[in-house]
Amino acid sequence: MSSVGSPLLRVDGQQKVTGEATYTMDHHTADPLHGWLVQSTVAKGRVTAVHADRALEHGGVVSVIDHTNAPRLADTDDLELAVLQGDRVRFRGQVVACVLAETPEAARHGAELVRVEYDEEAADVAFREAAATLRPDELDPDNDADTMQGDVEAALADAAHVVDQTYRTPFEHNNPMEPHATLAHWHGDPDSDEGHVLTVCTSTQSVHGVAASLARILGIDAGKIRVVASYVGGGFGSKGLPHCHDAVAVLAARTTGGRPVKLAVTRQQMFALTGYRTATIQRVRLGADQDGRLTAIDHRSLEQTSTSKQFVEESALVTRSMYAAGSRRTSHRVALLDVAVPSWMRAPGEMPGAYALESAMDELAVVLGIDPVELRIRNDTQTDPESGKPFSSRRLVECLRLGAERFGWSRRDARPGASRDGDWLVGLGMAAASYPANVFPGNRATVRALEPGRFVVEIGAVDIGTGAWTVLGQIAAAALGAEPDDVEMRIGDTSYPKASVAGGSSGTASWGTAITSAVAAFRKEHGDDPHPGDETTADAERSSDLEHYATHSYGAHFVEARVHRLTGEVRVPRMLGVFSAGRVVNPVTARSQFIGAMTMGLSAALLEESWRDPRYGHVVTQDLATYHVAAHADVRDLEAVWLDEDDFRVTPMGARGIGEIGIVGSPAAVANAVHHATGIRIRDLPITPDKLLARFDG
Amino acid sequence: MGARLQIEIGLTVDGAERRLLVDTRSTLLDALRDRLGVTSPKKGCDHGQCGSCTVLLDGRRHLTCLTLAAAADGREVVTAAGIGPDHGRGGLHPVQQAFLRHDALQCGYCTPGQVCSAVGMLAEAAAEEVTLDDAEIRERMSGNLCRCGAYVNILAALRDVARSEGTG
Repeated sequence: MSSVGSPLLRVDGQQKVTGEATYTMDHHTADPLHGWLVQSTVAKGRVTAVHADRALEHGGVVSVIDHTNAPRLADTDDLELAVLQGDRVRFRGQVVACVLAETPEAARHGAELVRVEYDEEAADVAFREAAATLRPDELDPDNDADTMQGDVEAALADAAHVVDQTYRTPFEHNNPMEPHATLAHWHGDPDSDEGHVLTVCTSTQSVHGVAASLARILGIDAGKIRVVASYVGGGFGSKGLPHCHDAVAVLAARTTGGRPVKLAVTRQQMFALTGYRTATIQRVRLGADQDGRLTAIDHRSLEQTSTSKQFVEESALVTRSMYAAGSRRTSHRVALLDVAVPSWMRAPGEMPGAYALESAMDELAVVLGIDPVELRIRNDTQTDPESGKPFSSRRLVECLRLGAERFGWSRRDARPGASRDGDWLVGLGMAAASYPANVFPGNRATVRALEPGRFVVEIGAVDIGTGAWTVLGQIAAAALGAEPDDVEMRIGDTSYPKASVAGGSSGTASWGTAITSAVAAFRKEHGDDPHPGDETTADAERSSDLEHYATHSYGAHFVEARVHRLTGEVRVPRMLGVFSAGRVVNPVTARSQFIGAMTMGLSAALLEESWRDPRYGHVVTQDLATYHVAAHADVRDLEAVWLDEDDFRVTPMGARGIGEIGIVGSPAAVANAVHHATGIRIRDLPITPDKLLARFDG
Repeated sequence: MGARLQIEIGLTVDGAERRLLVDTRSTLLDALRDRLGVTSPKKGCDHGQCGSCTVLLDGRRHLTCLTLAAAADGREVVTAAGIGPDHGRGGLHPVQQAFLRHDALQCGYCTPGQVCSAVGMLAEAAAEEVTLDDAEIRERMSGNLCRCGAYVNILAALRDVARSEGTG
């Protein structure tokens, strides 16, 4: 398997550095109409009238589609996708109409001319601790909302040392650089047997997922819908599921007599329509004996979700398997609010959850006077604490030790505030990380022989920037005993076999397993000397070990933070992540994923926060000037390394997922470094200068 | 659309002379993308906040989403598709080659803008006789956001190019 593990450069790199890669809105389409969304200006109520007359008089405007004239959907259970089906408004910013016009300029102007009247109702939009009382039925995907083992209260009462603190994380928006966009074209009769009748180009992490959702709401067979996503400009979870714009584009295109509809979501609209990470209020209680061994862990997360759709951020999940402790409890409670629909954002749950848990561990280390690295080593476990299963591989301690050595941790003075450089207070902090090694079901791949020694491999996977295109080719080449150049990899289209979402750090593992299985089936059917045109399609063979082992990746983050003693500004000159993620298929693209997620973790620690209007619940910081993400100047010396290993219990390639673990724990490591620099513990992200200034003496 | 809302302009785009009718409300970005089919510059925010739409306009890096097409009449646009030798037909620009070498991209959406911005920065530094050390590169590239977080690799790529051109 020589090509697995090789530092192959990205196969789609040249198209990307020239801009010739075709993202959704780059597709040329003959004679399209352009859509523009009209959003509600009230948070709750009913639309009583949509006045389209002025818009329709505007040159270039062709039609205004609202709930009175939009085509009906067959299934309206998913209220996020059931657009323009009724007069009910459930959050400010909900789509209440769509203008179609000959040009984007006319559509945009037309949208401004549409006047909507409402019967407004009182809305509940403020996320308050006291309102988060609803116990969700289950988390995403299928975990219990609550778990309990032993007697947490008794163990805490008996503990030699207790940490009891509450941590807050803000609303955050994924903000991939490519805004969501959909191009929909009906070119056939849904009732006929003529193959696909609807083609949808959309910026998605799952072409088959979009096809399945659209098929359900339209009441047609998924085979009649072709979904294409050749290039996707990032997603970070926000493109994991179809959002309302996909449904709007498909409905609008139903009304045009066969003309395609191009619909771009604006950056501002993304803040209401394409998902976000909910804010959390997390109380963590840790009880430990004299030696720092945990006897009790209690992690309770309060969150909010929307009345349209209940998505729950699984913030306490990470605590269920991170450290040993005899008594343990986790729980999630949500408030149902009249707000936009929250959804996946990179490491949903693990990211805010690990910030709380790993901050609390740092506080415990301070209380005990034990080095924070050593505290985590003492509480390591080789048995998954809640399920009792063995881990397929758990090398957290090695990550911690290697990171400490490379970062120069032993030179750290344990006393907070002990190190200064001019006006800068200097601190070192660390945190541990874990992320589940997901291998999703529902994957198959096709292998076809071309001329001798050359092959085509097809799977309906998507490369959202991860390097999947490159890495899957390497996996296929290794399985076929061919060079990567001799394998033509085809992805990003439902014309290729079914594949699961590019999410949950599952892509390489899930799709790679399908490709490996398909190659084995191909060899069995056609031998080592196949004829051109020979082909085999096969399902992924799921490893039975996945049921018997707890499977996770692990990591350790080390951060140097500098805090200006007069301005409260925080700079991070050094950041190191050490990861145990199974076999790394391509060190070039893997490193980019690790450092990219660490950069997002740094960004979350110091910058990112969506501010809501307390009256209407919409985000007022709805652009990239007021929703701050890390820029070039924010990122200094940032490096990722990993252990040389494989985990064949999880996948036949020995690989686990790597896309999310870099954002898990890194915000806590920054916060812990800020505490070490200043002696000030900031328990709500992001760590902005005002919070530090308010706590500075004098 | 009424005739009064349109104006004819001329542009040189990646070496080719183009004449086109544009809506007077059109940005240069939309005119390039929707009227001329030049989709190398990307729309990330439409508000001049992300840098994805950066091109070289008469040799200087410029945000096309903040420029009205009507105001760009007679000017020369170079996109990442035409920034290499012989308007891109002769291969990649050294900045693009360095981006590939250092994997200075992931999703690639901000990349054409990063490339144009970097080429503009190198010219500015040469004209201003500024040495492009790491801090200078980071500062001067901070108008181009990358959500995938490729900054470390972009810096490595541009450090390479700056050194080989004698500006680093």
